[in-house]
Amino acid sequence: MTDERPAPTGNRKPLLVAVWAWVGLPFAYGVYELVQTATKLFGG
Amino acid sequence: MALGFLDRSHTVAPAGWSRWLIPPAALSVHLAIGQAYAWSVFKSPLQESLGLSGTQSALPFQLGIVMLGLSAAFGGTLVERNGPRWAMFVSATCFSSGFLISALGVSLSQFWLVVVGYGLVGGVGLGIGYISPVSTLIKWFPDRPGMATGIAIMGFGGGALIASPWSRQMMDSFGTDTSGIATTFLIHGIVYAVFMSLGVMLIRVPAEGWKPAGWKPAEVNSDLITAADVSARNAIRTPQFWLLWVVLCFNVTAGIGILEKADPMIRAFFEKTSAPVSIAAASGFVALLSLTNMLGRFVWSSASDLVGRKNIYRLYLGVGALMYLIIALTTNSSKLVFILCALVILSFYGGGFATIPAYLKDLFGTYQVGAIHGRLLTAWSAAGVLGPLIVNAIADSQAKAGKSGPDLFSTSLYVMIGLLAAGFLANELVRPVNPKFHEPAAEPGRATAGKDA
Repeated sequence: MTDERPAPTGNRKPLLVAVWAWVGLPFAYGVYELVQTATKLFGG
Repeated sequence: MALGFLDRSHTVAPAGWSRWLIPPAALSVHLAIGQAYAWSVFKSPLQESLGLSGTQSALPFQLGIVMLGLSAAFGGTLVERNGPRWAMFVSATCFSSGFLISALGVSLSQFWLVVVGYGLVGGVGLGIGYISPVSTLIKWFPDRPGMATGIAIMGFGGGALIASPWSRQMMDSFGTDTSGIATTFLIHGIVYAVFMSLGVMLIRVPAEGWKPAGWKPAEVNSDLITAADVSARNAIRTPQFWLLWVVLCFNVTAGIGILEKADPMIRAFFEKTSAPVSIAAASGFVALLSLTNMLGRFVWSSASDLVGRKNIYRLYLGVGALMYLIIALTTNSSKLVFILCALVILSFYGGGFATIPAYLKDLFGTYQVGAIHGRLLTAWSAAGVLGPLIVNAIADSQAKAGKSGPDLFSTSLYVMIGLLAAGFLANELVRPVNPKFHEPAAEPGRATAGKDA
């Protein structure tokens, strides 16, 4: 079975956005905190 | 039967299922279990509230990492047989239960329960969770396996970035006495169970014969990318498996060589210069290393889809050795050069972790790649012992000999160069797997052992 049809992701867009946000938001929080710490390298 | 939901046959994707739903499923597991590397935030509070030594408070983490290696090595075949949803469910149950048992242990002041809970039970969750999405991601992204596994394994690096400030903030709120730590553990267990359940519900395996639109496997033309399949049992009998074991072990050892002593190393290197590094700046350096370690997992692993797995490991090992040599030769003459070289080394360390599943897929096929990956992770366990042992033993002996500054680490740097050179050689020796190890082309019933997993 090959997915040769136009990708029917339109109806899955809300799900895609929701699940990427589920993992992306905590990840962004972690990166933000890390960057805050990393900037100390250039402060001293 | 409720548990039928976990069965592989219930996870086959319906037509039109977007493969871009699979990386978040994998990330929900890896971002959670990556918490393991943030265990250190609990060490001091546990020591003070339960009267433990530093060695004792490290026990849950150490046992957890041992169990990660063991459960990945010995549970890989089960994961292939039962499918990714079962594996993610087991991982979520064990990992979150580990926190709940630990919460009980701390509230009763019974530290052994924390060791058993977080280390033993949670450690099984780490190992099964680490390998759970690998095989499935590779099957959904046969055109970009390096990128797909890079996303998941970057998540493992990112897990500690989330957990570290989050756990600290929670203990700031609840306190660092036994009651506060127990509450923190309890909330961790509940939140991680909910967070990981997304992966359990979302994960799907592609239907038999599915391939991405427009992708033609026949276009793949490299001796090192096989169309055949090798079982996990046969894979460990091939020289290729053990060559990659050496490659991973030495690449990780070299990364740990910097990571283990990053803070004292940068301060010792520049302590006698006109621009010494403060404690705060050193912590910033460690954070920057974590960032490049994480980014390297995605960037280099994705790049391996374009340049090939063997070439990317030539870069990790060859240029990695060169970076170590530059640090050894320039010592403390340039802070910028030292920092840039260390960042490149750490990006290669992360890249090495993330690229290895795709390398295994190239050599052994997709049949039991998750189980083979699990067995190869014993190289990580070995490196976890070897790296700190080399750097600490040499630094201690140099200190006893009255040396200081960069001299404490110069011998370690040359040892790392030697290890990377040995890893480079091992990578050069990788050849296609002898066809005698291939699975028969059309063996009936083989799918039950992992073809769909």
